[in-house]
Amino acid sequence: MQNDVVLKMRGIVKQFPGTRALDHVDFTLRKGEIHALMGENGAGKSTLIKVLTGVYGKDAGSIWIEGGGDEAHIHSPQDAQNIGISTVYQEITLCPNLTVAENMFIGRTSGSVVHWKDYEKRADELLKNLGIPARAKQELSRCSLAVQQMVAIARAVDMKCKVLILDEPTSSLDDKEVAMLFGLMRDLKARGVGIVFVTHFLEQVYEVSDRITVLRNGQLVGEFTTEELPQVELVAKMMGKDLNDLADFEAVGEKSTGANEVVYEASGLSSSECRPYDFNIRRGEVNGFTGLLGSGRSESVRAIFGADRVTGGKVRIKGKDVKITNPHEAMKNGIGYLPEDRKRDGIIADLSVRENIILALQVMKGFFHPMSKAQMTQFADEYIKALKIKTASQDTPIKSLSGGNQQKVILARWLLTHPDYLILDEPTRGIDVGTKLEIQKLVLKLAEENMSVTFISSEIEEMLRTCSRLIVMRDRKIVGELKGEQLTQSTVMKTIAGGEQ
Amino acid sequence: MNLKKKLGSGLGQLLIPLIALAILLLFNLFRDPGFFSIRIAVNNAGNRVLTGNLISIIDLASELAIIAMGMTLVTAACGGQDISVGAVGAISGAVFVKMVQNFGGLNAGTFVLALLLAILVTILFKMFNGSLVAVFKIQPMIATLILYSCGRSIAYWINGDATPQLTSPILTAIGMTIPGIPVPTPIFLVLIVGILLALVFKFTNISLYTQSVGINQGAARLNGINPIAIKLLSFALLGVCVSVSSLIGISRLGQLNHKTLLVDIEMDAILAVAIGGNSLGGGKFKLSGSILGAYIIQMLTTTLYAMKVSPENVKAYKAIVIIIIVVAGSPVVKEKLTTLWKRLRSGAAARKEAA
Ligand SMILES: Nc1ncnc2c1ncn2[C@@H]1O[C@H](COP(=O)(O)OP(=O)(O)O)[C@@H](O)[C@H]1O
Ligand SMILES: [Mg+2]
Repeated sequence: MQNDVVLKMRGIVKQFPGTRALDHVDFTLRKGEIHALMGENGAGKSTLIKVLTGVYGKDAGSIWIEGGGDEAHIHSPQDAQNIGISTVYQEITLCPNLTVAENMFIGRTSGSVVHWKDYEKRADELLKNLGIPARAKQELSRCSLAVQQMVAIARAVDMKCKVLILDEPTSSLDDKEVAMLFGLMRDLKARGVGIVFVTHFLEQVYEVSDRITVLRNGQLVGEFTTEELPQVELVAKMMGKDLNDLADFEAVGEKSTGANEVVYEASGLSSSECRPYDFNIRRGEVNGFTGLLGSGRSESVRAIFGADRVTGGKVRIKGKDVKITNPHEAMKNGIGYLPEDRKRDGIIADLSVRENIILALQVMKGFFHPMSKAQMTQFADEYIKALKIKTASQDTPIKSLSGGNQQKVILARWLLTHPDYLILDEPTRGIDVGTKLEIQKLVLKLAEENMSVTFISSEIEEMLRTCSRLIVMRDRKIVGELKGEQLTQSTVMKTIAGGEQ
Repeated sequence: MNLKKKLGSGLGQLLIPLIALAILLLFNLFRDPGFFSIRIAVNNAGNRVLTGNLISIIDLASELAIIAMGMTLVTAACGGQDISVGAVGAISGAVFVKMVQNFGGLNAGTFVLALLLAILVTILFKMFNGSLVAVFKIQPMIATLILYSCGRSIAYWINGDATPQLTSPILTAIGMTIPGIPVPTPIFLVLIVGILLALVFKFTNISLYTQSVGINQGAARLNGINPIAIKLLSFALLGVCVSVSSLIGISRLGQLNHKTLLVDIEMDAILAVAIGGNSLGGGKFKLSGSILGAYIIQMLTTTLYAMKVSPENVKAYKAIVIIIIVVAGSPVVKEKLTTLWKRLRSGAAARKEAA
């Protein structure tokens, strides 16, 4: 093992039922470096960390730790701790109603008589040493979140750690608190601790990290030093693209910028899951939200539909003030929403294709106005034909259809309500190429028929084909809006990446 | 092929309960050929009525069948069961009797008023259960445990007297027969409740909404359905069923015994839902299955009694049936059976090929 390497993971495989979360992943951590672990949501970051800390067992691969001689066998978080791997999770896992010192030493005191006085002294020393603005006797809940986070780190560090893992430690901190945390991280780095840093804030990576390992779909994309990897290339790698090879795409139809009339307009719209933002769409326009997975694009459109708890904002539909706080109100105002997670939020698995198609329209007609069976059958028939849904019959439970056909059923459900404004969040995820093209063409056709559509996709090509305007999100904020000439892969990627590049 | 498809969807759910019923009938036929005889007799009130084991089975199952219908809705919407139906039935009975006493006696007017009030109070109690389940997301069994354990005490407080007597031709007509009609009235009440529910199903979307909420609450909400309202509604309808059953129970005896009225009916009702092929985890449901389940349970009970099994042992036998059905319907067993079936089929195919 090289001298400065503290941790080496090679060929790590972790299989979950149905997904290979890690597929022969390598990871190397050196002494005194801050190493960012990057990847879109679901790339396997947390899983890699959980394998390292003994939360999950691995299916293949090996781990070496400096000074540990042979391969390290980590079967539990306790094992990990004993060989010098400490972890601070995103959620603070301390006890708020104990003192700072108690939190730092609880569970690690030796002997039956505990001399808290000594521990408090040690705690104070350590806190001072690390420059953490807290006192040993203070109750933890009286400290700010950042300081609590730092106490958790202090606890970890005092356990003689060689490797410190921070899984999204900054997501609930403000800028000043983040700066404080980074100060502490640099300090620890200077003491030779190797730090693994998981975050989805790109700027933060470039601020503190020395090296970056990128994962994608459970596979290692590569390890890079931060200097040699421009921000835009990092984004490209996370999205599985090669910047030098951004092929041109074929148009599937005429893109539509829509009429002048604004159909939907929101200002300061916010929900329990998204920050306030402004947005509008014109009649017959197709626009889209883009950004990395987890950048907040789904959360933003969910706020439009009232899918999460709406916390503020003014909404105007066709110039009239309206209040949309739940899906039913959105539907009554002519909005349809195809959710990102088809299995969880879209299909009613045990119900038939027919029932799944008519559901939204039936709800709009009202509780006391059930449609006749004949009417349902006719509607279902019409859309099964129009969208070429492959199903044995209308009575087949939707769960026995293929993913693409399930998606078409949900699409049919919303088309049947004839919305003025249709939101499609990842309508093409996990479906075959042919169906993808069909859906893209359908979107353009709908726009031609004056429907307004917001389209979200992880595949930039697809959005460039369909959208005349792209709203770019990063770290849960809108960071740009692109249209016309700006609608190219590299501009989009650069806007997503931000920074100087 | 076509037949198999049919069995897989519509009739499939009722297949096992129908087989169970057939087995019970055959068993009784061999055990005692006289079991099925039906005669005309004159009852205490001087009416000519049909009597016989089958009639009494269908008659005695009435309270259970009615409550099982309500339980089916709660199960479908909430994915759990209400275990307080018996105890709340006692409350309903207590309110009914108290009102009748307050009004100074039973006539058509006071009867309707007292019954409506009893139904109203029962619905309120069920809404209490329902809001614990729907709003506070407490497991239905836990949420109804409170009233399960204290419901009968509440009934006692309402009524003070342990067993108030009520004699009236109205109650006789409900609990036994209407003069001139030889079939026990509770049988008709099951029919009436069933028809009313069928009408509610026909003229509202309750069935579609309930199944959607039970299968995928989140997706149902994103389609504009209010899951809380649907769950509350299922409890309210169960409340009506409980009140009607409670009235039948009181009418049969002409008295209110808050300790024994509808006692232990919750377990039978859950069993009826399960025997009817409905998933206890909620979602798709068939009321007809649960009604069939209720009659099967009553036939099982009557058969066991006819075989001179002591009441304590009857409970044990029923418990065994519950276990068998729940295990047979569990995903693990289903999966095992499916793979076994597939293996048998592929084995047969392989043998055919070899031959
Ligand atoms: N306990 C689990 N069971 C099944 N699948 C899991 C489990 N944990 C994670 N996964 C799957 O493994 C993949 C990687 O997840 P994760 O490591 O959490 O990604 P990240 O932290 O990079 O967002 C995802 O597809 C996720 O759905
Ligand atoms: Mg993660």
